[in-house]
Amino acid sequence: MTKIQLHNVSNKYILKSVNLTIASKELFMLIGPSGAGKTTLLKAIAGLVSYTGNIFFDDESIDNTPPEDREVGYVPQDFMLFPHMTVEENVAYGLKVRRIPRLEIDRRVRELLEVMEIYELRKRYPKDLSGGEKQRVAIARALAINPRVLLLDEPLSNLDPRTSKYVKEWLRYIVRKLGVTTIWVTHDINEVEEANCKVGVIIEGMLEQTGHYHEILSFPKNNKISEFLGLSNTFKCNIIDVKGPFAEVDVNGLRMVVPYDGGKIGKIIIHPHDIQISREKPLTFTVNTYEGILEEAVNKKYSTCLKVKVNENIVFNVELPEDVYRLMNLKISEKLYLTIRPRSIKTLP
Amino acid sequence: MKSVISDERFGWLIPILILIFSWEAIARANIFPEYLFPPFSKVISTGYFLAENGVLLSNLEASLLRVLAGLVLGSVTGVGLGMLMGYKDRVYRMLHPIFSLLMPIPVLGWLPLFILWIGINEALPILLVFICSFFPVLYNTISGIKSVDRGYVEIARSLGASGRRAFLDIVFPLALQNIFTGMRLESGMAWRTIVAAEMIAIPIGIGALLINSQYLIRVDVIMVCLGVLAVMTLLFEKILLWLERKIVKWR
Repeated sequence: MTKIQLHNVSNKYILKSVNLTIASKELFMLIGPSGAGKTTLLKAIAGLVSYTGNIFFDDESIDNTPPEDREVGYVPQDFMLFPHMTVEENVAYGLKVRRIPRLEIDRRVRELLEVMEIYELRKRYPKDLSGGEKQRVAIARALAINPRVLLLDEPLSNLDPRTSKYVKEWLRYIVRKLGVTTIWVTHDINEVEEANCKVGVIIEGMLEQTGHYHEILSFPKNNKISEFLGLSNTFKCNIIDVKGPFAEVDVNGLRMVVPYDGGKIGKIIIHPHDIQISREKPLTFTVNTYEGILEEAVNKKYSTCLKVKVNENIVFNVELPEDVYRLMNLKISEKLYLTIRPRSIKTLP
Repeated sequence: MKSVISDERFGWLIPILILIFSWEAIARANIFPEYLFPPFSKVISTGYFLAENGVLLSNLEASLLRVLAGLVLGSVTGVGLGMLMGYKDRVYRMLHPIFSLLMPIPVLGWLPLFILWIGINEALPILLVFICSFFPVLYNTISGIKSVDRGYVEIARSLGASGRRAFLDIVFPLALQNIFTGMRLESGMAWRTIVAAEMIAIPIGIGALLINSQYLIRVDVIMVCLGVLAVMTLLFEKILLWLERKIVKWR
């Protein structure tokens, strides 16, 4: 299995001097907003875009190795199954071009299709497959060549939410079981949250921070990261009371109900789009409702960021879809009610 | 009750039968002189007669061979050059300006020039069919190749295929649908061109038979020829469509 190293990898479009080491057999998740250069970085590793700097597989430079000799299993975002080949022909393609004997190809393809639980689909064409099935074929095709490195580009983005929840766990299981060094690219923090692996945050072509997920959440290196990860509402707190799966905490004089799993709680994080806003006091919701004054509203690309002051110590950052903001016709220094669902609050020790 | 006209296999026959019966009825009503508007039955018997004495077949054979030769040459060159122009941008930039100047010239416009250059012989009609089939195939091949998502090539390369291998395994098969569309388009044009060429310059062929029938005022023979042309054009299109379905079965 293969260790990957990137030294000052840049590219004329987006990548800016990326340095990164991924240990052999590791699952590494690369997270960043769209247009941050995630796909470009994967393509650089696969040799499909030109770059400057150096990439090493097991301390051996592959900069002059053409893509066909890099032995990289690349699964692009839209899977890109060859539409004129059946499922088994797709999976066999990498072996066929390697001139592996026919019987050996058949055996290996069958084995992979069985592992992926798509053997009964082998004679179908891609147009007759569901999103989840296509993805399995794309992964089987990438794994068929026994890649040194597996590159997954937003593997869950083309699946419906129900499928993706199930696929997420299955994919992590497969990757860990095979023990192949894997880079998993995503823009969705929730995918990273449960993975329990090393994470890199890439923003505007720069790899801003790498580390364990909790490490990044607790100590984001700069504002760009906090903003992207939705860390702008991070507060210190103390536990006052525990009631089953919930705890009541004191946040600078504000009482708040948060999820509780038995561990320590020293900090809470509330993502700005998890805070609901209303003019009237909500009648049906009694927990975590606060009164505040609208201090500032900043329009961003698709959303509006509000600063709502609750008391002298606490200002919440709230993110609203732009059209909702315009519909509500909010005015500065207007009185508002904030509601935060306990389940949406993240806790850190 | 299901109407006969909406029946998929034989529904198309009904309007044609109505056409034939009205034709026959009007012709037999003696409104027009028979030599100018012969009834359907007369045209059929003339057709039978011409087929039997070999006149129709020898002329059809001549036209058919010219069309086939021109089509094959035009398609092979068109596909070959189209693949190159579709894949290599430099070749495209070199040749496209020249071809876009030559393509709009009506095929028969070349005729006087070719008569002077190569004379009246078998090469002349074949060359004309070649020209009229070359351009549609060329440009359909180019657009077919260009429309193939380069992402497929990237995947093929990362799976271990060389650039050339990826082109032959992935790009070309995916472009086939467009290429066939081009060939179907050209097959109709080839027949139109060959008939016109034979009417003007070539002594044998369906077009020549047509023009001779005009001089002899044989409307029945003219109608036989038109019928044969309709059937041939349709047949060519159907064969190409069948081939396309056979080859592009993954759609």
